[in-house]
Amino acid sequence: MKRFEINNKIYTNKIRKVIGENYRVKSIEIDHDMTKALPGQFIMIWLPGIGERPMSIGNNVPLTISVANVGNISGEICKLKAGDKLSYRGPYGKPFSVPEKAKQILVVGGGYGIVPMYFLAKAARESEIEPFAVVGGKTEKDLIYQKPLFAVCKEVFITTDDGSKGRKGNVMVEVDDLLQKKKFDCVYACGPEKMMYFVAQACRKQNIPCQVSLERYMKCGTGVCGSCAINGKFTCVDGPVFTAEEAFAASEFGKKHRDATGQAKDW
Amino acid sequence: MLETKFFNKKIKNPIFLASGVLGMTKGSLETACDNGCGGVIAKSLTMEPRKGHEGPNIVEVECGILNAMGYPNPGIDYGLKEFGGWDREEALVISIVGKDAKEFGMLAEKVETVKKELGASAIEAAISCPHTPGYGTMAGQGTPESVMEIVGAIRDKCKLPLIVKLSPSIPGEGKAAEAAQKAGADVINMGNSLGPGMKIDINRKKPVLGFGVGGLTGPAVKPIIVRCVYDIYKTVKIPIIATGGITTGEDAVEMIMAGASWISVGSAVYYRSPKVFGEIAKEMKSWMELNGYKKLAELKGAAHEKI
Repeated sequence: MKRFEINNKIYTNKIRKVIGENYRVKSIEIDHDMTKALPGQFIMIWLPGIGERPMSIGNNVPLTISVANVGNISGEICKLKAGDKLSYRGPYGKPFSVPEKAKQILVVGGGYGIVPMYFLAKAARESEIEPFAVVGGKTEKDLIYQKPLFAVCKEVFITTDDGSKGRKGNVMVEVDDLLQKKKFDCVYACGPEKMMYFVAQACRKQNIPCQVSLERYMKCGTGVCGSCAINGKFTCVDGPVFTAEEAFAASEFGKKHRDATGQAKDW
Repeated sequence: MLETKFFNKKIKNPIFLASGVLGMTKGSLETACDNGCGGVIAKSLTMEPRKGHEGPNIVEVECGILNAMGYPNPGIDYGLKEFGGWDREEALVISIVGKDAKEFGMLAEKVETVKKELGASAIEAAISCPHTPGYGTMAGQGTPESVMEIVGAIRDKCKLPLIVKLSPSIPGEGKAAEAAQKAGADVINMGNSLGPGMKIDINRKKPVLGFGVGGLTGPAVKPIIVRCVYDIYKTVKIPIIATGGITTGEDAVEMIMAGASWISVGSAVYYRSPKVFGEIAKEMKSWMELNGYKKLAELKGAAHEKI
């Protein structure tokens, strides 16, 4: 019988593989080729009886997420093994967009912000665009996705706060250099918001298009509840990807986010 | 054509953003205004900040949405600062929810204290949430007796026009509306989400919503709200805001014919994005033009006219 159409279906599929990325991040490959998912989009992972969290998509075929064990729900997700069921809805949000006729792009990932950056770099490579990457972490053991990233990028530049790998310092030491030396059609950033703010600012100074992927506390994921507001925009539907212009138009960008109650907190 | 009065303001149309949708921050209320509504009803404020229920908070069902947000809000003190200083042409309504009459009175007093700086046109008391322990229908609010008590307590402390948001899920809404009118309410808002209802995911064998149950909204509830508005229009003299399932201009016209003076829109944002406010206004206008109506007043309560 034909039924009323439901737009936000909950998928339940088995976990194909769990990969330990480092001391706290695990990647989960799901038995689902979500071909419609695009770089920058996210899914809402549902753990029955526990809760729901948005997770950035690290790959679409197979659908992959990477989870840092930092809270009760992410901790529970990290306990899952190959063969276990995983439930989720999506994909949601506005994806990254690559300018027409782009030849070279730069992706900048801080910490596990590299997850959607890898997916974007991989998609760019498949469209014959050359991706360059700058990856930053606190120390060498915080760096993830190194192998696949090197496989799809023309060049990868690494920075660590303590100098245990790559150049010592934050991503800007490499980003500033690269923006001088090479011509990029667009620069993309995902990571701590202050980092994205500095990347976007550096691009603005040199008139290079830039897109950032913002994170806000999220509840419904579908643009109704208003929890993920950044000024008057909603991260779940107007974002998570914003152009640098859109981001700078929001006074809260790089400065404040809202907690679960809606109170503004400093980043 | 759609211009109407709302207490101290002349607003461009009778369409309001319903409380609980989008309006967590002042910026998001402004987004609703930029998209063409005549007024906004802010997220309901409680005495203390609340994180709300664990997710999922929303699940789509056939012809509607179940939600259990659990009143996430920054608390009355923070909220009044957040929403305050309202100087737009659209009307702002501050919504409050308390555990009992005494708490409603305390919340109303806080609103009254900052009334001048706030810039709000009215205050709304929601006594009808079906899925938050300690509040609304889960706390037995909404019976004629409790309506009398709560409205009375607010009226004592706050002089702003008072809207009482009633549940369509209680028996005898007409009696509750009469009680609200008698205790000094200026407007009835009919209504709130229905139920509660439940959605079970058959693959996981578990209720989807984090809270287990949630209120039903969307097109599925509209016929019930139309009937409630129609009944309340017959029982009270004070004007009515209709809330529930309004997704198109024709839905809005139907509610006004049932007796509503204004309408508020929530779930339609899910189906049609925040653009829905301007779109409903446009659709109302074209329907009225097509059918030879010039003013909203010609439509109000039209379904009650004897032939």
